[in-house]
Amino acid sequence: MSRAALLVLADGRFPAGGHAHSGGAEPAVEAGRIRNAEDLAAFCRGRLHTTGLTTAALAAAAAHGLDPLALDEAADARTPSPALRAVARKLGRQLMRAARATWPSPELAALAQARPRGAHQPVVLGLTARAAGLGPEDAAHCVAYETVSGPATAVVRLLSLNPFEATAVLARLAPELDRVAEQAAVAARSGIDALPAASAPLLDITAEAHAAWPVRLFAS
Amino acid sequence: MSVQAAARITAVLDGRGATALPVLESDGPLALRRTRATTTPYARVTVVGAMSAPLGGDRLSIAARVEEGARLTVDSAAATVALPGPGRIPQPASYDVALTVGERGVLNWLPEQLISASGSELHMTTRVELAATARLVLREEQVLGRHGESTGTLGARLTVHRVGRPLLDQEVAYGPGAPGGWDGGAVLGGHRAVGQLLVVDPGFEDKCPDTRLLGPTAVLTRLAGPGVLVTAVAPDARLLRTVLDDALGELLDA
Repeated sequence: MSRAALLVLADGRFPAGGHAHSGGAEPAVEAGRIRNAEDLAAFCRGRLHTTGLTTAALAAAAAHGLDPLALDEAADARTPSPALRAVARKLGRQLMRAARATWPSPELAALAQARPRGAHQPVVLGLTARAAGLGPEDAAHCVAYETVSGPATAVVRLLSLNPFEATAVLARLAPELDRVAEQAAVAARSGIDALPAASAPLLDITAEAHAAWPVRLFAS
Repeated sequence: MSVQAAARITAVLDGRGATALPVLESDGPLALRRTRATTTPYARVTVVGAMSAPLGGDRLSIAARVEEGARLTVDSAAATVALPGPGRIPQPASYDVALTVGERGVLNWLPEQLISASGSELHMTTRVELAATARLVLREEQVLGRHGESTGTLGARLTVHRVGRPLLDQEVAYGPGAPGGWDGGAVLGGHRAVGQLLVVDPGFEDKCPDTRLLGPTAVLTRLAGPGVLVTAVAPDARLLRTVLDDALGELLDA
């Protein structure tokens, strides 16, 4: 594996559109569930062990070489909220564009053709990692990190939270991120039926409310 | 002493358009009673707790099969309370539910709440296999702790396949020992009752209720297949039930 390729893929500046999304943090701030760094840590930890684990395992499974279309279907079953399915497919489409320009591969081309409106983002990310010569655990790390870095960055803007505090929240989560990525990679190697389906009720509920807001800072 | 019990129900069409129950097997704490159905031609079975369960270490299961064209409602006489076992070393309990609905079959799976008492540990799985023209109404409610107490440890997974393809897969884990953040703003946000109501109807392929909010902490969502899911969190069991009952009433009238 190439450590540098992992940095390129995980870089927040990788042009895949993730910066426009708060990962549910915007409605949580609005509802008063995130008021400070402590609330942000609890939010990120909860998201990491639910959405984070589930999507990291989908990415690891795609990187491991499981059928991407079956994984896309498994992702749909794990995403009851249509707003979140739409976001996942939109981000998947954007990532696909960047990935095919960066690490072109026949597998990416085949998935792009089978899902022209976008496959779920973690599935695309897993295939991208595979094309970049990275492994399942690398793909899982990327996705798990995104599930917490998105909300942390968003809350800096939404609450004017001190960026040092937000980064400290992420740094303190690092050991748990490693464990989630490892757990995701282990599940991925055991086949599609072993993939976790951890879910977060409030994220599903508030995603639909947020999608209907007339004015919002973040797309999700 | 811990208990291992497996109860079974099979519902079939009896040839006169009504539903018969050739298999109705109670086991241990899972006592099944045929009760009077409120709507014909449904058969109705009520799970009556024959003893306090599940306790730590217990392994319980129920399998219900609705065969072609049969219609079955299963409910329960009281809430299920997960309790710690008698031993000094706490042991997890398991409760596995397997539901199968054949072509043109209907299953209404409407148990009372599952209450996770302080000190208990329960892992629950519900697996559902639906034929293409099967209909399902399934309610699942979890209450974290009895009145005024802290919650036990509760893990639950609901997996629904339709014609062998995944339709819904959800897993939750709450309480001591669960992965961190379960009570934070992404997952429960301090709420102590959480529930789901799933309605799968092949008719939804043509006309499906639209996704909409049912309140500040409840939503009805359209699944990727012909089904809708109500997801709700509430401060307590009564408020949760009100939300799910209202949604069920509207969905069945539609």
